[in-house]
Amino acid sequence: MTERAFTAIPRPIERSRTARFFEAWPPLTLLAMAWVALMLVVALGADWLAPYHFAALDLKARLQPPILFGGTWRHALGTDELGRDVLSRLIVSIRISVLIALFGTLIAATLGTTLGFVAAHFRRSVEWLILTLIDFQASMPFLIIALAVLAFFGNSLVLFVCLMGLNSWERYARIARGLTLSANEQGYAGAIRQLGASSWRIYGLHVLPNIASTLIVSMTITFPETILLESGLSFLGLGVQPPLSSLGNMVGYGREYITRASWILLFPSAVIILTTLSISILGDWLRDRLDPTLR
Amino acid sequence: MNAPLDAPLVQAENLVRHYRVRRGGRLFGEHATLRAVDGVSFALQAGRTLGLVGESGCGKTTTARLVLGLLTLTAGTIRVDGEILPGAGTARWRSLRQVMQMVFQDPLAALDRRVAVGRQVMEPLAIHGIANAGERRERALAILHSVGLQAHHFDRYPHELSGGQRQRVVLARALILSPRLLVCDEPISALDVSIQAQVVNLLLDLQAERGLAYLFISHDLRMVRQVSHEVAVMYLGRIVEQGDPDLLFAAPAHPYTQALVSAIPVATERGRKRLILKGDPPNPVSVPPGCAFHTRCPMAVARCRAETPALRLLDDGRRVACHLAPGMADA
Amino acid sequence: MMRYLAGRLLRAMLTIFLVVTFAFFVLRLSGDPALLIMSVDAPPESIAAFRQSWGLDQPVWVQYLAYIGHALTGDLGNSMRDGRPAIQLVVERIPATLAITVPAFLLKIAIGVPAGIYAALHRNSLADRLTMVLSVAGFTMPSFVLALLLVLLFAVRLGWLPSSGADGIAYAILPIVTLGAAGAAILARFTRSAMLEVLGQPFIRAASAKGLPWRRVVAEHALPNAAIPTTTIIGFMVGTLIAGAVVVESVFAWPGVGRLLVVAVANRDLAVVQAILLLVAATMVSANIAVDLLYGWIDPRMRQVPR
Repeated sequence: MTERAFTAIPRPIERSRTARFFEAWPPLTLLAMAWVALMLVVALGADWLAPYHFAALDLKARLQPPILFGGTWRHALGTDELGRDVLSRLIVSIRISVLIALFGTLIAATLGTTLGFVAAHFRRSVEWLILTLIDFQASMPFLIIALAVLAFFGNSLVLFVCLMGLNSWERYARIARGLTLSANEQGYAGAIRQLGASSWRIYGLHVLPNIASTLIVSMTITFPETILLESGLSFLGLGVQPPLSSLGNMVGYGREYITRASWILLFPSAVIILTTLSISILGDWLRDRLDPTLR
Repeated sequence: MNAPLDAPLVQAENLVRHYRVRRGGRLFGEHATLRAVDGVSFALQAGRTLGLVGESGCGKTTTARLVLGLLTLTAGTIRVDGEILPGAGTARWRSLRQVMQMVFQDPLAALDRRVAVGRQVMEPLAIHGIANAGERRERALAILHSVGLQAHHFDRYPHELSGGQRQRVVLARALILSPRLLVCDEPISALDVSIQAQVVNLLLDLQAERGLAYLFISHDLRMVRQVSHEVAVMYLGRIVEQGDPDLLFAAPAHPYTQALVSAIPVATERGRKRLILKGDPPNPVSVPPGCAFHTRCPMAVARCRAETPALRLLDDGRRVACHLAPGMADA
Repeated sequence: MMRYLAGRLLRAMLTIFLVVTFAFFVLRLSGDPALLIMSVDAPPESIAAFRQSWGLDQPVWVQYLAYIGHALTGDLGNSMRDGRPAIQLVVERIPATLAITVPAFLLKIAIGVPAGIYAALHRNSLADRLTMVLSVAGFTMPSFVLALLLVLLFAVRLGWLPSSGADGIAYAILPIVTLGAAGAAILARFTRSAMLEVLGQPFIRAASAKGLPWRRVVAEHALPNAAIPTTTIIGFMVGTLIAGAVVVESVFAWPGVGRLLVVAVANRDLAVVQAILLLVAATMVSANIAVDLLYGWIDPRMRQVPR
């Protein structure tokens, strides 16, 4: 903000309808929405969309390049060292990565919000305990905690999804606790409790709807984080285990062929970046619309 | 144990609410006691209004919350219809919500901004399982009408209403359970001056129609004088003067009341003796010994620093806690 | 201030204690290490001997106390794979990790802070937008993707730099750039928003309204105030140095603590994992305390003794 800030006077400008439309729905946001929608469709319809079974071998067509790089439509995004279709593997990997991130985010939001309510409701030692856990979680890089848990417990898909759900629960807990405390202190929650309402009614029917928009905006922050965490662990070979495949697995596998067949790792990399980027853009737009007070 | 027929609706005896606070300074600072309310007694008859006045921080709001059972008492008793007030959250406390209700200072904060006001007015009926959905709506419309709102306000959201209309909604929500006591915590101080009179008149009309008792908390002395049958002046958690509002405001007996009364702006300023208080009230963590007011009292004598004055009955029926009040020289 | 610091130290110790306890119980819950290490068909006598030598035949609380006692003396047990003390294995790797994380850290600050300040002072300019685009990319691009893209460009296509290993300075360049670039993006974004926040404050308007040249307003009023939140995030980055290196060290086969952790996790070498867990916790906690101390120096408000 320079000197311009003092002289700028808002001027009413005549704008066309299209200009106004794009003001409310910026083109970048529309693109991001389209991409996220595509990812959801792919995640849900992977079985119908994949041209081949993701593990099907085509030994006659190994390390085929994608089209535009000398490949054929038979394998539009090329094949890997075993002749497996990259497009089919990509589609199945998108499904795994998106579903893990989705469930992880939902688990984190549910767990964190519940703990936040519990802390704000009971106060005293319960609150102290939850705040200590929040501090602990915030002071340790989650990647390290996740690695430790994987080392101690071994790996299974269920455990892995739950682990992703432990990532950033503390963000929701903080938000839920803070907003509940202020609602209890002076606001509507105290007023409704005073009417004789049960805690279920207060938190379920009043507090939750009021903080929902803030929670949803937080989910757009933690969802990409979860995708990055999952793909990072899978890349290291410590996340999703073969024969299942996630985007991180694909990149990790493609690393072996970086000199000969870089497309194997480039496509999943691009999908990771575009997905996290799209959700971040959507999140910024949602935050401006729903909750301008957040950050 | 039957209460006598003329038993007061609310009988508060020696209410005490202390908070343990930690004083800064050292690692585990020593604990100190904050005396938010320190021995307050009063009785409120059905259909009457008790005004509670004092500077902010004097314990008015804490007293209100104690009366509603929202805070637990450190000591003392509150009886409602002769029955000792049960602890917050118990089933009996919940059912008592149908007897006592609250009106808040900031109506926008007291309402859920995501729920249409009509549904919020119906909510107490849902909470207490009264009537079916259709009847609830009927009753809500009726009560909205009686606080001066129309049917088309039913589906509005709080932010779509004016401040006065919101306070009417809060009133409607409190009244739909047909309570007999309404605790009004600064019900008009967040409203525009032009709206204040309307809301006060509404409160007076409702009292006449429904025989409501009000515990009316305000720092606006003129409003309190207008609505109250009895007034209690609080200073640092204690009542320092209590009695008929006309008597009390015409000839305040306690120096603190005199200071409050002389701070009321009047049209004829000339020749009026003004008593201006110096400084802020002391920290309620370290209430001065003797009369708590002696640090700011222009008339304080040695005795005020040593001896806490008790609340005594004057000849004209009011009570004053001051060694120097007229008619008390013998004490 | 002293009281505040004492409280912080207490919390720090509590965090470390929690990590140790967490590690211990998760360790014991995760199954019988004897069966994990020894093959299933090992003779019962040797399994019993193994248990005895590791203290696994004692009650859990005895094991816990012994564990705490050993941890306090720096004994975290031996690596279950090669039998050497876990702490020694970890300490050996620290110099390699520092060799890439410290230069990367300096790179982050050298690029991120000036870029953020410049972007904030020239809001909506081309440079500002470019900074923002790059910083968003830094947020959304996983470090392993960035690392592989750099390998693809500089090692595979151009052949200027080696793609992995640790045989000299040339090998450290790509890991340092990978680590530095992502951190610089985050820091630039953060510095920019901290600067914008300060520039929007009334005292900045007051300073420029009283006729102070803009340059001096920025230097004397805006920068010192924006430094406070920026220091926090930099301090936090110190704490994440090891964690951040995990992925990058693995990609470049750099023999640091991060790679040791990944290998230990894959081999389920629990003693080593615990030692690294403690090392990370200690780093994080010390970094946080250092930030608190720095506050006292940067922020004059903290110098006053709180009531």
